[in-house]
Amino acid sequence: MLEVEDLRVTYGGAVQALRGITLQVPDGKVVAVLGSNGAGKTTLLRTISGTLKLHRGKIETGTVTFDGRSLGGRDASRIVAGGVVQVPEGRRIFSRLTVEENLRAGGMGSKDKAAKSAAQTRVYDLFPVLADRRTQRGGLLSGGEQQMLAIGRALMAGPKLLLLDEPSLGLAPRIIGQIGEIIREINRQGTSVLLVEQNATMALGVADLAFVLDVGKVSLSGDAAELAKTDAVQRLYLGHGAGDDTAVQQAAARSTKTLSRWTA
Amino acid sequence: MNTFLTLLLNGLSLGAIYALIALGFAIIFKASEVVSFMHGSLLLFGAFTIAKLNDSIGFFPAFICGVLATAGVGLLVERLLINRLRGAPLISLSILTIGVDIMMLTELTRRIGSDILNAGHPWGGDFVRIGGIGLTENRLYAMITAAVLIALFFTAFKFSSWGVAMRATAEDGETAALMGIKLGRVSALAWIIGAGLAAVAGLFLVGSPTPGVTPGVHAVALRAFPAAILGGLDSTGGALAGGMIIGIAEAMASGYQEQLLFLGRGFGDVVPYVVMILVLLVRPSGLFGTKELTRV
Ligand SMILES: Nc1ncnc2c1ncn2[C@@H]1O[C@H](COP(=O)(O)OP(=O)(O)O)[C@@H](O)[C@H]1O
Ligand SMILES: [Mg+2]
Repeated sequence: MLEVEDLRVTYGGAVQALRGITLQVPDGKVVAVLGSNGAGKTTLLRTISGTLKLHRGKIETGTVTFDGRSLGGRDASRIVAGGVVQVPEGRRIFSRLTVEENLRAGGMGSKDKAAKSAAQTRVYDLFPVLADRRTQRGGLLSGGEQQMLAIGRALMAGPKLLLLDEPSLGLAPRIIGQIGEIIREINRQGTSVLLVEQNATMALGVADLAFVLDVGKVSLSGDAAELAKTDAVQRLYLGHGAGDDTAVQQAAARSTKTLSRWTA
Repeated sequence: MNTFLTLLLNGLSLGAIYALIALGFAIIFKASEVVSFMHGSLLLFGAFTIAKLNDSIGFFPAFICGVLATAGVGLLVERLLINRLRGAPLISLSILTIGVDIMMLTELTRRIGSDILNAGHPWGGDFVRIGGIGLTENRLYAMITAAVLIALFFTAFKFSSWGVAMRATAEDGETAALMGIKLGRVSALAWIIGAGLAAVAGLFLVGSPTPGVTPGVHAVALRAFPAAILGGLDSTGGALAGGMIIGIAEAMASGYQEQLLFLGRGFGDVVPYVVMILVLLVRPSGLFGTKELTRV
């Protein structure tokens, strides 16, 4: 279980990106964090994954713990070794490395050969297209395929908790639907997920719980399906007036649909 | 024709030594984005250490110790300066290496004094002849050693976990860190390898036709710079190609200096820079470079 307590983060000592947020990701759940641009979603993930330092960011107050152990101030590689892995915003594929090398890079944090080969099998099962393209350079894949590779690469470390930063960014609606299904499947296989999104339809469709971030603060939180019905979320994130809940129904319908293997 | 082939072979052997040095520049730059301006001192330190130890422990142990000691210096510089100051402007870090270079060079020059130390190569300055063309034994062994090391390097770079981590880090350090790759370790290893290769190059540079270990060896690194830059500073393949191009160009310019007299005496000494400028005019980021060199 991931627990974030009263977390305040600043950049360069001046910009206040997170102003005291508290949230939890219980084991085995998918938790969505919604928020518009600049709300602090990426900052939250950077804090959890230990890459805040690379951006001159600093935890002012508050704690981040995973399974009871504090993550604050820890080296990124130790956090990965502890089972928390982030898929960065914008995919950030190693474009000059092949698909296979990208996956190898993803497993670099551990020395356990058997675990890595099992993880690779899992990734190729989830994303058969990556197996077909294993010798191609990452930069030659389509946007959707790159997102699969980014997720697959993170799965190579065998995470207990997967952090996803706007996986739907810049993708076509059909592909976004597939991403949602893949997140559910990964979760079903036993990985907790913290899903950061601007696309509330997809996120609320797959999440069990959700938090809404508003300029560095949690403004709403609760059960994802309940939250989808509230006026504020309807208006702000789902683009509907109060009472019109077709989007939610669609999202719910999609999430219960039987999973098909991702072959696009 | 034989003159030409002899010059070509000598150029290749010189180029192989430059390539060893340039490869060091390239991986250090890839891993830490710092340009090592201290390679001249590393060359000299390697050769000096081998020459000093040679009398007491024999050539081959001295060679191993010299390479390890130089690699150790690379590691120290990375740990004590580069790694600690991560986040400082990269230009400052590169200039910092100039400071280290000057300190090491001053101390080494003082210790060497006016002596010409002998590295004690078991091979002499004899000429090896293959058909009508020839080069010194030292250069022949330099070429063979460099070929083996370069082949090992590229195999490791392509296939080993170290190579994958190195290439991933060079492309996107933050994402590499998110994958659990230890950036500090990648950078430290690059400095170890870069400095170790410099020591190997140093050993051959102080052998025939050079008289021995003198502070003048330091200047050779300045000729390997154009090799790295013209190949594209962030490209290992470029370092290899650049080393060869500079080596051959230099050998040709010296060999045909009578015919090149209209360019002035000593043209051989400036030819690396002339070649570099010509290449950069056509390809600003070098033959195989991907990044703009302006970010250095
Ligand atoms: N590297 C950085 N340096 C300074 N300020 C930053 C940096 N990254 C983000 N910020 C600021 O922090 C706030 C939150 O940004 P971010 O976490 O990227 O939001 P989101 O991911 O929700 O769009 C914004 O005001 C942004 O300008
Ligand atoms: Mg963001």
